[in-house]
Parts: sequence; C-alpha cells; structure tokens
Amino acid sequence: MTGAADVPGWVALATAALLLIGAALTATGTFGLLRLDNFYKRVHAPTLGSTLGAGAILIASMIWFTALETRLVIHEVLIAVFMTVTTPVTLMLLVRAAFTRDRKEREARDAAADTARQR
Amino acid sequence: MSAAILNWSVIIAQILLALAMACAAARILLGPRAQDRVVALDALYVSGMLLMLTFGIRTGSTLYFDAALLIAVLGFVGTTAFAKFLMRGEVIE
Repeated sequence: MTGAADVPGWVALATAALLLIGAALTATGTFGLLRLDNFYKRVHAPTLGSTLGAGAILIASMIWFTALETRLVIHEVLIAVFMTVTTPVTLMLLVRAAFTRDRKEREARDAAADTARQR
Repeated sequence: MSAAILNWSVIIAQILLALAMACAAARILLGPRAQDRVVALDALYVSGMLLMLTFGIRTGSTLYFDAALLIAVLGFVGTTAFAKFLMRGEVIE
C-alpha cells in the first residue's frame, strides 16, 4: 500500500469496510446472474453491482484519495452520476429488445401452427 | 494495524470482483440466448470497472480512475448498440 502509513486509522477502516461491502454485493449480483433461470429474472441481478456495489466502492475511493492527498478528491462522482443515468437506460432497452424477440418468435410459432392446422 | 486490514480487504475485494467477472463470463459462454449474453457483458464491464478502482486504491494512483471512467462510458455505448441490434437487426438505421 502506497502512503498508507500517513492516513489516520479510521479512514483506512472505513475504506476497507466500504470496499468489502461493494465487492461482496457485486459478486452476489453476478452470482444471481449465473443462478437465476429466466432472462426477465436474470436482468435484475447485476443491478445490485452497478448501483450499490459501484456506490460503495466509489465512496471508498473518494474517502481514501481525500485522506491520501489531504485535499478534497471527488471526481468519482462523475462515474457515480454516469452509472446512475445509464444503467436503467441500457437495461430498459435490453428488456424491450428481448420482449420484441420473444413476441416475434411466438407469432412465428403460432403462424406455423395455424398453417399446419389448415392443411 | 489498520494499514494491514486495508491491505487484506483490498486483496479480498479484488478476489471477489474477479469472481464476479468469472460468473459474468460463464453466463456469456452459457447464456442460452443473445440477450442473456449482452446482460452478462454489461455485468462484466461494471465488475471490471470496479476492479480498476480497487487497483487505484491499492497503488494510491489516480490514473486508474481515468481508465474506469473510460470503461464506464464505452461499456454503456457498447451495450446500447447491442440492444439496438437485438431490437432491429441493425445498429445504424
């Protein structure tokens, strides 16, 4: 750890706790992505990592660099704002795309069943 | 003492984030349909970005922040392009 001896102990402890919380939440989210059995269930799981996990690790980074450089370092807010804005947009687009694909497949299957019945 | 705790927790956090990336990569490989793979790719780049931030905390260098910001921006563009492609079959109409 570079320059870790210069910062007060409670800063190091807070950074450590926030890092562990964020990483554990992100790991839980992607584990859910692996375990859940349906696309529409699966799409919810990784948001745990991109909201709470990213938030905790970004706050940890802010606290650590503010203590390390003895000035206010809050440029991590940029990533936080960007993630907050973009995550719902991407997931909404993806779910709409998946829904359209599912509906197209269902319609094609129904049409095939109809032509089979007419023969 | 607290420096040692921080050191160990950074290592554990990196292992957890690497595990998260492995889970997302497994879903990319398994994922029965294209949209599953795209959601997994989204989770993969978010985990990679967080891993970059923990590297920055470990080394005490703010250079990793720029890489993380770049991953966040380009990952969003990539996922949006994939979603458009899945929706219409074309990225640029």
